[in-house]
Amino acid sequence: MLKITDLHKTFHPGTVNAKKALNGLSLTLNEGDFVTVIGGNGAGKSTMLNAIAGVFVPDEGTIEIDGVDVTNIPEYKRAKYLGRVFQDPMMGTAPDMEIAENLAIARRRGTRRHLLWGLPKAERESYREVLRELGLGLEDRLSSKVGLLSGGQRQAVTLLMATINKPKLLLLDEHTAALDPKTAAKVLEITDRIVQDNHLTTIMITHNMRDAIKHGNRLIMLHEGRVIIDVSGEEKQKLTVEDLLAMFARASGDEFSHDRSILS
Amino acid sequence: MGFINALPGAVAQGLIWGLFAIGLYISYKILDIADLTVDGSICTGGCVLAALITRGVNVYICILCAFLAGALAGVVTGLLHTAMGIPPILSGILTQLMLWSVNLKILGKANLPVSSRKYDVLLSSINNVSSIIVGVLFCAIIIVALWLFFYTEIGLTIKSTGDNEHMSRAQGVNVNFNKVLGLAISNGIIALSGALLVQYQGFADVNMGRGAIVIGLAAIIIGLSVSLKIKPNFVCSLIGVVGGAIAYYLVYTFVIFLGIDTDFLKMLSAVVVAIFLAVPYIKSTYFKKRHKVHATVEPETAATGEEGSPTKKEGEENA
Repeated sequence: MLKITDLHKTFHPGTVNAKKALNGLSLTLNEGDFVTVIGGNGAGKSTMLNAIAGVFVPDEGTIEIDGVDVTNIPEYKRAKYLGRVFQDPMMGTAPDMEIAENLAIARRRGTRRHLLWGLPKAERESYREVLRELGLGLEDRLSSKVGLLSGGQRQAVTLLMATINKPKLLLLDEHTAALDPKTAAKVLEITDRIVQDNHLTTIMITHNMRDAIKHGNRLIMLHEGRVIIDVSGEEKQKLTVEDLLAMFARASGDEFSHDRSILS
Repeated sequence: MGFINALPGAVAQGLIWGLFAIGLYISYKILDIADLTVDGSICTGGCVLAALITRGVNVYICILCAFLAGALAGVVTGLLHTAMGIPPILSGILTQLMLWSVNLKILGKANLPVSSRKYDVLLSSINNVSSIIVGVLFCAIIIVALWLFFYTEIGLTIKSTGDNEHMSRAQGVNVNFNKVLGLAISNGIIALSGALLVQYQGFADVNMGRGAIVIGLAAIIIGLSVSLKIKPNFVCSLIGVVGGAIAYYLVYTFVIFLGIDTDFLKMLSAVVVAIFLAVPYIKSTYFKKRHKVHATVEPETAATGEEGSPTKKEGEENA
């Protein structure tokens, strides 16, 4: 489904601020994988998602989605394969437009847009049902401006927009990090349901190790721009936070001693 | 009595400038771009009409050509911004300066009379009643056309481009194309208003667009302050904007009637607009209780964080 090969990206190259964000990152996802991604600050988690989404062109390496090499395809064209939810609840929706209008724009992602009525009545009504399934009482607020919603509601709407046209790949970039714990749990619950109902291949970044273990069928940890831990299946189900921390120490520690042995 | 007699003229001019304000509304409010091309493109519209009608071309064809010339100016600004990565305000200024030369060449000289006695024009200051009717008709046609357009699939994505570019790109919208298209429509309508203005005042002049954006902004601010309170939807906003332009010209006429030195009129317009634009900021900065200041901080600025510079990306992904 997704095949990332030897991805490199350095921001601000040739300056004192040069930062190697991706350093030979490779990752292959199978159809239906729900991968959770963890890693420290600057490990390259968001950079990886942005590379997949086409926010920037990588220095080296290739990205394939469903057999199509998308490495040089611009962000807006690549969007037809992808559903995206961002950390900032303000980023995924147009605040001055109605909920229904936002959904209508998302509904046409990946299709050619014409001079046809952008939101026919029947379509507007159909969104009532979709919104009801969220269980947030938004079904009666089709014509409300999205800017009037709370952060959690906006994330839920963004999630709906990302998945209304079944994407080949769903990218969730810490989409609950800006929400209070209760709302975050609710949005995660909705996420689980949508992913399972639609059998979506999903990458979810989270800063919460517990969530990373609890959700999905596979877990990867990034460190310094590459994958250092990749567990799936039964092994992943049995993980604990302590296991993860120990694995991280071992994985990054091994590399460290390796470097030192070269130096000495 | 002099003021009452001047009222029909003020309304007629207000309607023409209402059309201008509608065009400005598209760039300023919908695309969220302060497009300074407009000072040039209103003049371009007028010059094209004057140059063609004095050569015996049908007035409707003249108006169509004026619209297209303005749209072309919008495309130039749009491409300077999206394909060349120049900030929108600078792009507009550059195009405006280019248009100064273009307008002079179109007109052939600095000033060209378009007498309603000699040519078959649609409106003229000699007959204010028919001018008002023509003005209302043009405003109505443009408002209906825009209302239909901005609810199409393409129209909705132009709105979303101005509202949240990030979301639009994530939903597969070509935001660069949309900006160029939006600026083309905006400047086309503005050139159309220029074409009407030249007929009304009976001459075209290469200086006629100077400071036009300020009049347009005043119309938008006055109009929206009323229409948003009545019904905050698209059509009401556009009608409000036209109303704002008429209100502006009524006040303008009144100020002239009071006998103020007309040299100060542009200063007066600019000061009034500056005050209106500053009010929301002054309110939130100086007149808010301390604990409420937090609520005004928009997290939107966090955006994509460190990853790549947006201006560079816009250049790369242009299509």
